[in-house]
Amino acid sequence: MKETLAKFLQYKWSQVILFTVFVAVSSAALFFSQKSVTAFLLLLSSLLILHYIKLKNVTKWIIALGLLFILIPFASSGGPAFQSYMDVATMVGIYVSMALGLNIVVGMAGLLDLGFVAFFAVGAYSYSIFATPQAANFMPFGTYPLGGESFWIFLIIGGVVAAIAGVLIGIPVLRVKGDYLAIVTLGFGEIIRILFNNADKPVNITGGAMGIASVTPPEIFGIPLIFPNQFYFVTLVILLFTIFTVLRLERSKLGRSWKAVRENEIAAQAMGIPLVKTKLLAFALGASFSGMMGVVFAAKQAFIDPTSFTLLESFTILVMVVLGGMGSVPGVILGAAVITILNLQVLTELATWVNQLSFGGVISIPEALSPAKMQKFIFGALLVAFALYRPKGLIPAKNKIFDEKKLKESSTHKDFKTTDQKKIQS
Amino acid sequence: MSILEVTNITKKFGGLTANQDVTMNIEKGSITAVIGPNGAGKTTFFNMITGVYQPTSGDIRLEGKSLLGLKPDEVAKRGISRTFQNIRLFGEMSVIENVLVGMHTGLKTNLLGIFLNLPTTKKEELLAEKEAYRLLEHFDLAPFLNEKACNLSYGAQRKLEIARALATKPKLILLDEPAAGMNPAETRELTAIIKNMGQEFNVSVLLIEHDMKLVMEISEHIVVLDHGEKIAEGNPEEIRTNPKVIEAYLGSGAVQTV
Ligand SMILES: Nc1ncnc2c1ncn2[C@@H]1O[C@H](COP(=O)(O)OP(=O)(O)OP(=O)(O)O)[C@@H](O)[C@H]1O
Ligand SMILES: [Mg+2]
Repeated sequence: MKETLAKFLQYKWSQVILFTVFVAVSSAALFFSQKSVTAFLLLLSSLLILHYIKLKNVTKWIIALGLLFILIPFASSGGPAFQSYMDVATMVGIYVSMALGLNIVVGMAGLLDLGFVAFFAVGAYSYSIFATPQAANFMPFGTYPLGGESFWIFLIIGGVVAAIAGVLIGIPVLRVKGDYLAIVTLGFGEIIRILFNNADKPVNITGGAMGIASVTPPEIFGIPLIFPNQFYFVTLVILLFTIFTVLRLERSKLGRSWKAVRENEIAAQAMGIPLVKTKLLAFALGASFSGMMGVVFAAKQAFIDPTSFTLLESFTILVMVVLGGMGSVPGVILGAAVITILNLQVLTELATWVNQLSFGGVISIPEALSPAKMQKFIFGALLVAFALYRPKGLIPAKNKIFDEKKLKESSTHKDFKTTDQKKIQS
Repeated sequence: MSILEVTNITKKFGGLTANQDVTMNIEKGSITAVIGPNGAGKTTFFNMITGVYQPTSGDIRLEGKSLLGLKPDEVAKRGISRTFQNIRLFGEMSVIENVLVGMHTGLKTNLLGIFLNLPTTKKEELLAEKEAYRLLEHFDLAPFLNEKACNLSYGAQRKLEIARALATKPKLILLDEPAAGMNPAETRELTAIIKNMGQEFNVSVLLIEHDMKLVMEISEHIVVLDHGEKIAEGNPEEIRTNPKVIEAYLGSGAVQTV
């Protein structure tokens, strides 16, 4: 019986059928039940199952896009919890994107960065300051707040400013290696947060500890974006852009340079790879994804203050990368999704449930032990468990597989080769 | 015509002089060996040529241009490549990726080309991959192209390091004890590879080696270092019979006995 089942699962079509059934059932459950976190999570996990199905990559992407753009938002829209699902999904998108950015730095280039959230903050503040009257305090020209259309330009500005911050921090920080690098980046991460915390005097730039409220919502075709289901789509598009770019980078000359630097700096340098430039590029590109999502985060929350950018956030993103699999793009996506959902859904659900129980007098658990406050404990336990039993993460990084046949066929068309070389030289 | 001219280089590590006034010329297209007892300063000499260390004094010129002050990656771009005494492969990367990294100096694509996956970038990659594969074939490593480099046998790792170094299309290649840890069969194969390297890859070779049979068989010119100083140089026959060399290797008094 077991064998036949195993055999059955080997076939592409049986996999597809089971997958369809799974998706149909979980989405129907989500749609018709008024509020079912389980159904929501099952539907999300169909994306993971999709990753393992034996289909062509293109087909998988098309199915994934269908799930993400149509089915997930539609199936969640059935009950009153629609916006909260969409909010969680948006946060997942934001964190996945950030984790992918950090993965470039830590996973690919092997530079342990414990202050990564600084770049998220830089992105978030760059939009918040200009999309509120805050900018009028120090800008000699222009009228503030800027309109909601500026959001789209700020996506790019946020990315660029974060990248510049990455380079500026990188130049002093990259002189040190290994453990020292981790400590120095941690320091810089804190410095940036404290800078934002104190930049309200003498000129009020960042609103200090009070933060910045009433950030102008983004606008598209005159429609302001306020609801989580609207931000869901914005985040999704940026996330897809991030994934696409990261995959391109990984398989490129640059991705190989990063890995080479990670594997052996001296040998990489002896092969003509400039260390500082390569590391700075990792810092800058990783930071830019984070900065972009910072802009989205600020717009979505409509309020930011320095407490959103603490050391714990940097650790959280790092845990996502380590848990998912350092250097592995699918792994990091999964890791970030798991941790975000754990944080925002599972732990909060557990906390309300425990609360209800204690209200009912069934059990009594002190406030301090509420699941919502166990975050650090759980991260710690997860990290230890993974370091011991699965050091390469949930989905370990894989090298690109080169097709021997394709490489073997020596260029039979002579002219093909020569024109190639000409083109490359020009 | 000489490709590399080293004049009076000295390297001091605090009180220790690892190289003292070493001068040598490497003829273009030749195979030159640097030999000497352990701790003689051979690897330090290589490290100065490749920019890992800056000499305390002296000059190093590749085709007439000084290499002083250049970083290792800049030296690599000028056309000097190397292998390491303690193998330094990119262990977690696949065999072919290791060679592809060696080709980076020859790849012209930039960030824009990578993001947009421009046709020129794609073609350049494909060409590089094919060339990398041919290099692997040359070293009998092609069947392992998708293996992780750290999973190769010791001898295969040494060969991969040479393949990677050749991938940079160097004018001069420095091999630091290429035969160390190889079995006799592997050493024979390697000897043949190095012997033909000059013609096949249009490269001059400078190597450090303790295996005297290999050195005597393939070198046209040999330089002997002892305690950081050059004590002799010449062709294999001259070196074999040089009393100073025998003394350095076997200890004083050995000359009489031999
Ligand atoms: N970075 C360094 N700092 C201090 N001393 C060094 C350094 N590198 C090498 N040395 C010293 O310089 C001397 C020469 O070392 P080197 O590695 O060049 O010898 P070698 O001829 O390559 O020896 P072997 O045959 O054992 O490889 C040794 O005494 C070594 O301890
Ligand atoms: Mg040595």
